[in-house]
Amino acid sequence: MTLEHCDLLIVGAGPAGMAAAVAAAPSGASIVVIDDNPAPGGQIWRDGPGATLPPAARKWRDALERHANIRVRSGTRVVAAPSRNQLLLEDAERGWRLQWNRLILCTGARELLLPFPGWTLPGVTGAGGLQALIKAGLPVEGERVVIAGSGPLLLAAAATARAAGAKVVRIAEQASFAAVAGFAASLPRWPGKAVQAITLADAQYRTSSRIVSVQGATQVESVRLRQGGREVEIESDRVACGFGLVPNTQLGRMLGCALTPEGIGAQALAVDARQATSLADIYAAGECTGFGGSERALAQGTIAGHAAVGNEGAAKQHERERARWNAFAAQLGRSFALAPAIRQMPQPDTVVCRCEDVPFSALADCSGWTDAKLHRRCGMGACQGRVCGDAAQFLFGWTPPAPRPPLSPARIATLAGLAGPVDVDRQ
Amino acid sequence: MSGETLLHIDGQLVRVKAGSSVAAALRVAGGVGVARTSVTGQPRAPFCGMGVCQECRVFIDGRRRLACQTVCAEGMRVETSE
Repeated sequence: MTLEHCDLLIVGAGPAGMAAAVAAAPSGASIVVIDDNPAPGGQIWRDGPGATLPPAARKWRDALERHANIRVRSGTRVVAAPSRNQLLLEDAERGWRLQWNRLILCTGARELLLPFPGWTLPGVTGAGGLQALIKAGLPVEGERVVIAGSGPLLLAAAATARAAGAKVVRIAEQASFAAVAGFAASLPRWPGKAVQAITLADAQYRTSSRIVSVQGATQVESVRLRQGGREVEIESDRVACGFGLVPNTQLGRMLGCALTPEGIGAQALAVDARQATSLADIYAAGECTGFGGSERALAQGTIAGHAAVGNEGAAKQHERERARWNAFAAQLGRSFALAPAIRQMPQPDTVVCRCEDVPFSALADCSGWTDAKLHRRCGMGACQGRVCGDAAQFLFGWTPPAPRPPLSPARIATLAGLAGPVDVDRQ
Repeated sequence: MSGETLLHIDGQLVRVKAGSSVAAALRVAGGVGVARTSVTGQPRAPFCGMGVCQECRVFIDGRRRLACQTVCAEGMRVETSE
């Protein structure tokens, strides 16, 4: 098995990872950026036949290409950390080890996907999930789409679906009108966001609304929603649900990076003013340090990139910008906090673990995540608890322990690389 | 990205826009794009769209991969799983 070396390894090619690489590049360091998607850009700047890349995304992509000392490896996953400064990687063709001197984690966030009756029916996706699928060419022309959950991502998903020819028949936001209005009123502090909000305004938008169930024989046929005090049923071909974002801390936790203190919502990777984690030589930037959008990710990534190559002065120059977007993130978190009623969505027979088909009733008497895993097989499937683990944390307050390798399903030939590069080469 | 790509899904010839993901191609092939069958026999289709949920895992040219993170290539052979 091949062993490659680099000065700086960046995991994730979203806004944070791109900005980190571009900030670090003038130092001359050898930089590798890995990402599991087919092209750089992350979720927000996902390319494809159904996507229109904004000029900002093009600018950052071009900047990545301009630097000869940046190598981007798309379609690549992290499998394990065989030793302190090495990661075991896999792409479609091969597995290899990569040794780094400095590491920046830009692993992003994933959607909080919560169980409700019918959420496993084909045609139900995440809200950001639907956006991603459409950008990658999913045809939705003429489909009736209901979007439900919480946060500005619902409006963004609606805009993407409509641009692709879908008929968005309802956007159900669980937060109250007062909360959403308060958020809108705060937007002039971030003028770019205010303009964005106006362009996304939608006549089908309803507040204090949440999903009750999705009906259908083999696919989505209708959606039942609770809107304020009453229930409505809407015919629909597709349902997209997202309840906010969860920082993707898996790799950081596996490496031993400390998390932010437990509070409301999901924990993130803890970082200092230089975006350094609790471990020497490992930095983190973007949504894995807490969600807050692409502008915050770019500022954090730039600071991390400069700091990782020892350019503390340049890093400092971006602190004000970061503070501005941190304030936006805090406002976002306050305005779209999930109501306790969201915890009541699953019925006893609602599947919680989609990989192992474990129903809610099987988990109700479990003492915690490990008990649910060992005795009910919850989280034992291919997604390794990424979906049901987040859901269980929200529904029951269970905190999953730090993940163990392999971090993602991998081929045997790749796993053999754990034995050491020399041992494997001898075979 | 212009043009089209031809691939096989469960033996059926499917034509998609170049650059489409296999997840999109599953839908183009017909139905709602079912990728796999769950352990209790329920049909499942791409869900998270970004490589997290693993619901869209299929066999692509004999290797198990995620449909949402794989770009269609000319002549690719996709088999839905389980």
